[in-house]
Amino acid sequence: MSDIPANLKYTKSHEWIELLDDGTVKIGITDHAQELLGDMVFVEVPEVGSAVSVGEECAVVESVKAASDVYSPVTGEVVAVNEELADSPDLVNHHPYGDGWIMQVKLTEEGELEELMDADAYGAAVAEEEH
Amino acid sequence: MLIFEQSRSGRVAAGQVPGKSEVSGIPAELQRKSRPTLPEVSEMQVVRHYTRLSQQNFSIDTQFYPLGSCTMKYNPRICNTLALLPGLAGRHPYAPDSSGQGLLACMYDLQEILKEVTGMRSVSLSPAAGAQGEFAGVAMIRAYHESRGDGGRSEIIVPDAAHGTNPATAVMCGYKVKEIPTKDDGDIDIEALKAAVGPQTAGIMLTNPSTVGVFERKIQEISQIVHEAGGLLYYDGANLNAILGKVRPGDMGFDVIHMNLHKTFSTPHGGGGPGAGPVGVSERLLPFLPIPMVAKEGDHFRWLTEKDCPQTIGRLSAYSGNIGVLLRAYVYARLLGREGMERVAEYATLNANYMMVQLKKAGFDIAYPERRATHEFILTLKRQAKEQNATAMDFAKRLLDYGFHAPTTYFPLLVPECFLIEPTETEAKSELDGFIEAMTKIKHEAEQDVDQLKGAPYSLPSRRLDDVRAARELDLTWKEIEENA
Repeated sequence: MSDIPANLKYTKSHEWIELLDDGTVKIGITDHAQELLGDMVFVEVPEVGSAVSVGEECAVVESVKAASDVYSPVTGEVVAVNEELADSPDLVNHHPYGDGWIMQVKLTEEGELEELMDADAYGAAVAEEEH
Repeated sequence: MLIFEQSRSGRVAAGQVPGKSEVSGIPAELQRKSRPTLPEVSEMQVVRHYTRLSQQNFSIDTQFYPLGSCTMKYNPRICNTLALLPGLAGRHPYAPDSSGQGLLACMYDLQEILKEVTGMRSVSLSPAAGAQGEFAGVAMIRAYHESRGDGGRSEIIVPDAAHGTNPATAVMCGYKVKEIPTKDDGDIDIEALKAAVGPQTAGIMLTNPSTVGVFERKIQEISQIVHEAGGLLYYDGANLNAILGKVRPGDMGFDVIHMNLHKTFSTPHGGGGPGAGPVGVSERLLPFLPIPMVAKEGDHFRWLTEKDCPQTIGRLSAYSGNIGVLLRAYVYARLLGREGMERVAEYATLNANYMMVQLKKAGFDIAYPERRATHEFILTLKRQAKEQNATAMDFAKRLLDYGFHAPTTYFPLLVPECFLIEPTETEAKSELDGFIEAMTKIKHEAEQDVDQLKGAPYSLPSRRLDDVRAARELDLTWKEIEENA
């Protein structure tokens, strides 16, 4: 069973969201997602300052098996991206919830956070998918 | 070892050195002053080097190659021999039509054969590969909507099981991709399709049989839903081998199809080309076909140009497409004839279903167990990965030791630990049995000692390759090392 930290929120498409103290959110892909994709070879992050909207593609993760879109779980403006991923895409494999984060977003639609899954709901969704 | 690394200064293959030639017409400042840095090796070194490399190949000429959705069938030598007849191979592409009537007749016949076997109204042979055929197909869909002043259609619908080239083609032609899900039984989710179509729908791209190895049973309903919304249907010919001579995309309601001649029509595969990806269209796309095409006027054949086809999407390649490849497909089609084409589909599906049943008996999990296979089928090695940590990649690498090329792995993406197996009609039962036996042995090995399996392959020139490094540090160019420079 993959790691699903209790303090984060999740999407059905395997992104995680962490609400930071300053009101922005940090976004990455889950441990389950990186397990399915396998060894990362490339991560394309959005530009700082660009707008992202909920459910739209915002980044691309490419592994030895496949290239997959990452969908933004929220609407807002990108305020920071993980520059380390350019040289070390494997951070997504080794620390999906830590150094492997993808982008930080300033929300414009606060209410969207309510729509996201908690750890239990995400765990159940993953179990359902594996069935 | 690279041939450059065998180089020793002053060594030469005297018998192979070209004579000195006088250059005329090239300005002196553009002529090179120094010799090119080619490896300095003897003739025998060259012969040994390339013979050794050729022996290291896994190919359809040496091994069973059940790569799913790729239709790796045997390429009959007669197709090659006839395509190389001097009157065909030696013809200059700018020679007038009147001096190439034989060749044009072959191309015209091939157009007619492909038209008949796919049920389309007309065919253009000129796209130089499957991917370019796809581009031509979607470009025609775009031209069709624009010709009707219906420019607001911005989306192409693609099922999640599609070949990756489909969404790539749609984007290349300026469309947004709308993905729809596949149901657990392998068919498209009709309700999701109904929700996805609308005035923004330009078309849908489908492969039927799909990449999960089953025939889309609701194809007529899908056709109706998309057409009623004003969209067109695109048929990806990747899996045409399964239905050749049995069912026709034109009769299913498709408006445009591309064919991969290197799959269904047995022209040589891979190596980066040359390829051929003819396109066929329904009535409404006729004016937009890429040129040139061959027309028959009385007893005379000629290439059609922009003048004849003012609404064409244009030329996609120099001259007339890859004639050498088209000729091989023509010979293949003529050798098979109508009945032969039906037998292709029959044996391709029989072989796949035989293997699926035998592998199931051997204890493997079939991804769509309630469905009959088409020309290919999917195993999921999810259970082996979970219980023994033996992944699809481990099975694939170990198969090489047993003398079989691995099937397609990890595609389609929606099946975990996926093994997509396509035996084709050209393999004998004994070969299929050999593969089944190897799979059974590997399964046993995984249960006994998975670490041993993780080290495979053992018998090849290279052991387990570093996929990540190969993708991240791709380096294909020889650079002379410092001390030799």
